[in-house]
Amino acid sequence: MRVALFLTCVNDTLYPETGKAVVRLLRRLGVDVDFPPGQTCCGQAHYNTGYRHEAEPLARHFAEVFGGYDAIVTPSGSCGAMVRELYPRLGERARAEGRGGGLAKVLAPVVPRTYELTEFLVDVLKVTDVGAYYPHRVTYHPTCHGLRGLGLGDRPRRLLEAVRGLELVELPGAEECCGFGGTFAVKNAAVSTAMGADKVRNAASTGAEVLCAADNSCLMHIGGTMARLRTGMRPVHIAEILASTEEEPAV
Amino acid sequence: MSGTFVGMPAFPEAARAAVSDETLRGNLRHATHTIRAKRAKAVAEVADWAQLREAGKRIKDHTLRHLDRYLVRLEESVTAAGGTVHWAADADEANRIVADLVKATGEREVVKVKSMATQEIGLNEALEAEGIRAYETDLAELIVQLGKDRPSHILVPAIHRNRGEIRDIFRREMGRWGRPAPDGLSDAPADLAEAARLHLREKFLRAKVGVSGANFMVAETGTLVVVESEGNGRMCLTLPETLISVVGIEKVVPTWRDLEVFLQTLPRSSTAERMNPYTSMWTGTTDGDGPRVFHLVLLDNGRTDTLADEVGRQALRCIRCSACLNVCPVYERAGGHAYGSVYPGPIGAILSPQLRGTASEVDASLPYASSLCGACYEVCPVAIDIPEVLVHLRERVAEGGEAVRDGNKVLLRPAKGHAAERAAMRAARWAFARPGALRAGQRLASRTRRLHPRTLPGPGRAWTAGRDLPAVPSEPFRDWWQRTRGGRDGER
Repeated sequence: MRVALFLTCVNDTLYPETGKAVVRLLRRLGVDVDFPPGQTCCGQAHYNTGYRHEAEPLARHFAEVFGGYDAIVTPSGSCGAMVRELYPRLGERARAEGRGGGLAKVLAPVVPRTYELTEFLVDVLKVTDVGAYYPHRVTYHPTCHGLRGLGLGDRPRRLLEAVRGLELVELPGAEECCGFGGTFAVKNAAVSTAMGADKVRNAASTGAEVLCAADNSCLMHIGGTMARLRTGMRPVHIAEILASTEEEPAV
Repeated sequence: MSGTFVGMPAFPEAARAAVSDETLRGNLRHATHTIRAKRAKAVAEVADWAQLREAGKRIKDHTLRHLDRYLVRLEESVTAAGGTVHWAADADEANRIVADLVKATGEREVVKVKSMATQEIGLNEALEAEGIRAYETDLAELIVQLGKDRPSHILVPAIHRNRGEIRDIFRREMGRWGRPAPDGLSDAPADLAEAARLHLREKFLRAKVGVSGANFMVAETGTLVVVESEGNGRMCLTLPETLISVVGIEKVVPTWRDLEVFLQTLPRSSTAERMNPYTSMWTGTTDGDGPRVFHLVLLDNGRTDTLADEVGRQALRCIRCSACLNVCPVYERAGGHAYGSVYPGPIGAILSPQLRGTASEVDASLPYASSLCGACYEVCPVAIDIPEVLVHLRERVAEGGEAVRDGNKVLLRPAKGHAAERAAMRAARWAFARPGALRAGQRLASRTRRLHPRTLPGPGRAWTAGRDLPAVPSEPFRDWWQRTRGGRDGER
């Protein structure tokens, strides 16, 4: 099976440690993951901000770069949802605009082969105990597009529960949005910040050291809020927890 | 605060003010979280909820596809049952029809059942201009009307008020509209309800004309349905001699049997009740029972334009349950008034810019009043994919394009104030189409990282006002991958 890491532009640029963690984790599980260097951005920000036509060439580019792989794994619920949920819609809309089925045809092969990391682990590799060790008190925030878009369900939780040393504590109001929402975070900054502050207060109330999620864009917002509110908590991507071992522990 | 929504500021400004109002946020948090939990419980009791949701969606889609046919059928049924049907293309026409009908009775006042359609067209203000007084009889609408306020929720229009505020409004205003509040009125809910009851009872018994909306209209029988909790609706619908109902054309369902679906999904979604306390149904007029004269005003007011939009038309499936408001994290913080419309919350954010167009500042800002978290879609009992429509309307605002206004195809220009964003999106698309350009940008960011300011200028200030910026790493992942051959040469 040829497996590609679709890291996403945000992780590539700002969170390389998450990418390294995915590589380490998948190698440990026997998967020889590749990073196609032609990859850039899936077009989610363009699409969700109302620039669907600008997202189209990025989607085509994505299909070209990842077309030759059997599985495309991404440590981002929202970018995964972009490919799986919204690429088919891009194709449909192009057809409805009288531009034929060309775009839909180009995008179709990559849609079912794209997996969010926890889906790939649980559904494809069929593991929940990935041999990780992370001796910290952790609370888990299910991000919206992973939860409601991809339907990740309890996969992340099952993976976390199997991590040795990890104490998982319930996050009150877990399923409420953290307030990031891409350009929403700046277009409606007051509401976004208020939502973030409520999320962080709920997280702080658990007494956890770490808030874990499967999407770094949400964690960027939550972490930025944590730092501003001086909670002493830190945001950590689930890949970094799952990659952590006794020999090579993550913090 | 005025009673109308004209000249509202854009959503972000109105929301910013609401966010800093601690009382308002407390009221809203408490109210929405309570109803949210109750709804989840009421819905979980129904084993075939998913099928009911799908059935509701399909019934509405089928009806909308053949709306012309079902509306004519409805007109025939209502007429055969002794009612008179009027067609109103817009708010002005609907208001004129109602004012003329009231004047023809010689009356100067009407009692009203809570109705979103009459709020939408500003009927009370239009009647006032003709010297006709409209009395709201729903408890929350009464609070809003007496307080010269605006509704902030579809189902609970006074959700932004607490009981102390309500007591003050009753004490101050009731006397000017009719029977004054009892002396020494307390803020106990039962006392407030009793004050409203005494005040309203007088009006019910005196009124000769009632005005209502309707939750459903059955094409095959000509029956209208009002679903409510207080019983004030039953009073207004049965006591006056003349009843005038103003109803949006999308409220028609083909058959009586279709109600089977919606009378299950609506109460559970809105008030979290298995069944609502009062369901009033009437078919034209009946000798010796209820109103002797019945008029139905069918309201378009942008609905046909909305129907022409392939993506946006699903908003017309809405049965006004308000489950999407109660679950929305943005509504919870911004409050209903920020949406500048009688339709607040997620459904308002897709309905208002379609019914009214995107020309005004507030309407152009509404599609962005969401983090696209999808909680609204999840609870919607007719499966309106609100995030999908929001994004579609963002596209209309940002890129312009074809739309239908007043029955005519028009080419909309991109809204003002999006030029810089459009340029940035194009530039990003250009760079992302070239991995080399992306890499150059990433390297530049990494090499200058010590120089990055903690607070950003321009639009970036909106981020750093409440959040720290992430630290830029010393090298992007792709450089690490290349340098270490994917970590095979050691991770560092």
